[in-house]
This record gives sequence, structure tokens and C-alpha cells, in this order.
Amino acid sequence: MSDTTQIAEANAKIMDGPNVPGPETARSEKTRSLAQDAFRDLVRRPMFLVSAVLILGILTIAAFPSLFTSVDPLACDLKHSMEGPSGSAWFGYNFQGCDVYSQTIYGTRNSVIVGVLTTAFSLVIGGLIGVLGGFFGKWTDALLSFVTNVFFGLPLLLAAIVILNNFRDEKGMRNAGVMAVVLTLTVVGWMSMARVMRGAVMQVKQADYVAAARSLGASTSRMMFRHVLPNSVTPLIVVATISLGAVIGAEATLSFLGIGIRPPAISWGVMISEAQQRISSGLHPLLFPSGMLTITVLAFIMLGDAVRDAFDPKLR
Amino acid sequence: MGRYVIRRLLQMIPVFFGATLLIFLMVNVMGDPIAGLCGDRQCDPATAARLKKEFGLDKPVWQQYLTYMGNVFTGDFGTAFNGQEVTELMGNAFPVTIRLTIVAILFEIVIGISLGVLTGLRRGRPVDTGVLLLTLVVISVPTFVTGLLAQLLLGVKWGWIKPSVSSAATFDELILPGLVLASVSLAYVTRLTRTSIAENKRADYVRTAVAKGLPRRRVITRHLLRNSLIPVVTFIGTDVGALMGGAIVTERIFNIHGVGYQLYQGILRQNTQTVVGFVTVLVLVFLVANLLVDLLYAVLDPRIRYA
Repeated sequence: MSDTTQIAEANAKIMDGPNVPGPETARSEKTRSLAQDAFRDLVRRPMFLVSAVLILGILTIAAFPSLFTSVDPLACDLKHSMEGPSGSAWFGYNFQGCDVYSQTIYGTRNSVIVGVLTTAFSLVIGGLIGVLGGFFGKWTDALLSFVTNVFFGLPLLLAAIVILNNFRDEKGMRNAGVMAVVLTLTVVGWMSMARVMRGAVMQVKQADYVAAARSLGASTSRMMFRHVLPNSVTPLIVVATISLGAVIGAEATLSFLGIGIRPPAISWGVMISEAQQRISSGLHPLLFPSGMLTITVLAFIMLGDAVRDAFDPKLR
Repeated sequence: MGRYVIRRLLQMIPVFFGATLLIFLMVNVMGDPIAGLCGDRQCDPATAARLKKEFGLDKPVWQQYLTYMGNVFTGDFGTAFNGQEVTELMGNAFPVTIRLTIVAILFEIVIGISLGVLTGLRRGRPVDTGVLLLTLVVISVPTFVTGLLAQLLLGVKWGWIKPSVSSAATFDELILPGLVLASVSLAYVTRLTRTSIAENKRADYVRTAVAKGLPRRRVITRHLLRNSLIPVVTFIGTDVGALMGGAIVTERIFNIHGVGYQLYQGILRQNTQTVVGFVTVLVLVFLVANLLVDLLYAVLDPRIRYA
């Protein structure tokens, strides 16, 4: 699927590019590049618009939590323990008497940081390994594919727990900071990106314009970064968008298991884990962070779906 | 066919050793393998040194790995810190997890494929849109939220099922945990089947089958579905490995004493023998499942032949 995208895009670029002499102004009206086409297509999709608005909202909350609540998330009063939602505290109070709404707002930042950084790191590592393997082939590819397969053989969640179990604070208690969680999830999660990238690069490598660049004496790095990389990066972006949501879910799962980010740091996973221990005395401290988590994951998956559909000419 | 299987088995060998070496390094080098032996306190240096010598931990890591693998191939997975043989723990844990996985896979096949066929044949209709949105939501809700809510509502509030699974873990007790475990994959199976069916619906062989006057039912089951199942089978096959190892969350919520539970306990208590042993078996399961998937291709699509 992705290969046809790449080639179509490549063709579109060649036709549009400055290499083609001719009446450019007249032509560029008609032949837009696939990227432009895809973008015009995207902004007309309700799913894209909904997810984009949601993601913008979530990013704003993560960046400026104080805009949305004036209550200190760590100012807890046992007097309010397990009080339900009310006018003063929209999401009610948890067992410790902390404001659930304020905690949910402030917890956004850690979840989003983990999602964005992990995905960015995986994108770089997986992308690089995929490009090198796909472009050079032969023993480079054999070696890199072997490493990818080895990491794939390990159960993801399990490997993450094994690594995170080693992060301790001074008292020897399990306590991993945000960065430890980011690095761990990157180590166990870069492989699918590498595979997608490798496949895309192997297709693009055979395109005529790469052969043309080679015969014009372009250096390896120029072919790789100017020609192959830009034309094979779309499927990677799609996988990254979808996996961003999955990473946020994985962070919450780790916190839920009592590993990863720990209190007093706030994240949705930490909140859910705490609420789950008191589940019999009230559901609201569990439901609100779970709801936010679900909406965030949903938004990123929807965005990824919409982008993929827009860039896949087969589905038009 | 036979040659293909042998070639694939040979290719599996380096991956198997690579993956087990990786987990061995993670557990033994990053962690402290004797930390679990002195309870919650730190071992005093003299005891630590003696224990290290006793278990051969003073030797280089590659030598430890070779010794361990040598023992594994003679059926000796070592002893957990409480004196139980790891093989004994496996004997108790694996049947439970295998039952749980069977329940989950059955849900994926029965519900997932049925919904996929239903929506794939009615692409763009309200049923299709509804199910598609539903799968998106199911994928987005983390398993532990689904599990906790299902347990609380069905088990505690309404009393339809027992909220926690007994140590026998019979099939009927595992229905709800199996559904929870399967939920996300179920949604993916639905979407994959839907796309595949919708794509193949316009294929020439389907038109031929219809033109021959075959009943609609036969066209769908024998021609359309069979040809659309390859991506679905790939997904379910790789999912077997993932479900066996990834049941940590589900097993924890429903208190099922299976592989996930043992592994989680093993990791938290720094019980290195248990962790490495279980993961070794899981890696094997994962590799064999992948091989079986490739062999199933030839059954589903006779055009695929393995020389």
C-alpha cells in the first residue's frame, strides 16, 4: 500500500519540480503534489478536524495547565475524601481529598511528554535503522533486521517492566522519573518504525529518480537524504501518530502496575492506579482520568487514520 | 514444504539466542540477581560475595549465559528463590494462561471476524460506521480500565460472575477475563477483516462465483472470506505470542495465577531465574506461532507454495 503512495508522490514531485521546464504557472494550477492534495483532502474530513481540535486542546492543557484550573493539584484536604462531583470540584475529590479535576489537568503534561518524546526518539532510532537497512541492503540489512527481530521477540510490556524495575530512588524504592519511562518505552518500542521505514525505503530506492541521481554522480548521503528519505517518510509519520496514542496508554499501564512514574508526580496512570485501590468506595476518581486518557489516545489514532487515508490514493 | 520449514527453523535459532541473551543481560547486568535472596534488606558484602560465588555470578556474563542455556536444554530452568523449581512454576502457570489465551483467541475469531464480514459487506452503511466508531473507542480504552470496570460492574455490583478467578481457573471462569484480554485485538481483527473483505468484494473471482449462480452464503464463506483471511491470520498468529506474555494486566486484575502473574511477581522480587525461564519459553512460543502463520498461508491460498 505504502509503496504505491511513495511512487505516486514521487511522480507528482517530479512533475511539479523545477526540473521540468515548461509553462509552470499554468500547470501548477492543475497538478498539485500529493502532499498538497492530501492536505486539501484532510481539512475536509470531519475525523481529521475533530482529532486536530482535540489534540490542540490537549497540548494547550499540557503546556498551560494553570489556564484551566486555579486549584493546586497537591493541595489535598482529607475532609473532602471521596466527595462526588459538585460545583466547586467538577470531577469530585479522591480518597486523599485532592481535587480530581485539577489533578487530571496537571497530569496531562507528564502523559503528553512521555507520548511525544518516546515517539520522537523511536522515530529517529527506528527511522535511522530502517533507512540504513533498506538503503544499503546486503549484510547491513541482515544485521539490522536481526537486531529488530530480536527486540520483537521480547514481550513489550514485560521488557519495559524489567528495565524500569532497576530505577530506584535513594531509599531503594521503585521510582522512575519521566525520562526513565521515555527511554524505556523507546528501547522496547522502536521496532515497528524500523520495519515500516525499511519497507518504504526499499521501494523508493528502485525509483527512476534515484537511479538518475546516482548516474549523475550524487553521493550516497545525498541520495539517501535528498531523494530517498523525503519520499519514504510518509508511512513512518502515520505509524508515529498512531503509536503516540499507544505510548500514552502504555505509560498509564506501567503506572497502573506500580512501576514507572510514581506519586507525588501526577499522571493519568498514577491517578488511575490510586483510584483503583479504592474502587469500592467510589468510581469518579477512576472514571475522569480514564476518560481523558481514552480521549487522548482516540484523538491520536483518529488523526493517524485520517492522515493515512488522505495519503493513500488507492482509497480515493 | 519440508525444506521450507527446516530453513525457517534454522533462521529461528539466532533470533532465539539473541532474544534470550537480551533478557538475560537486562535481568542480570542491569539488575542485581541476588538482591531478592536477602529479603527486603540489602545483603551484607560477605554474604553477597559468598552467594555470588555459589551461583557462579563471579564469572563473566557470557559464561553465565552459556551455562544457563546448557542447563535449559537439559530441562533444568533453575530454582526460584523460595526453593520451588522454575519448571514446577511453569507447570502450574502455563496451563492457566493457555486456557485464557484460547478463550481470548476464540473471541477474536468468532466476534471479530463476524463483525468484520458484516461491516465489510455493508461498507458506508450505518452499521459499518457504528461498528467502526465502536472499534476506535475499544482500541482507545486501555485494557486495565476495561478490566476494572467489567470486574466492578459484572462481578461486584451485579454479581453475574465471580470477581476473581479461583486457582483452578476453569474455562467458564475465564470468559470475562478472556473477553477483556481480547478486546483491543478483537477491534483490530474487525477492522482488518472489514478492509480485506471490502477490497476483495470487487475481485474477479467473486463476480465469477456469483455469475456461476452459487448461493450468496457459499460465495461469501468459500470464496470471499477465505481469500480475505490472510492479513487476519497474520495478526491473530502474532497476537498469540503477545497475549501469552501481555496478560500481565488482565491476570493482575482478575487474580489469575498464570504466566503474567508469575512474571510480574518474579520481576518485582528480582527473581531472575523465573523471569529468564518464562521469557525463554515465551520467545519460543512467539517464534513458533509466527512459523505456523506462514504455513497457514499455503492452506488458505493454494497459490502460495513453499519450495
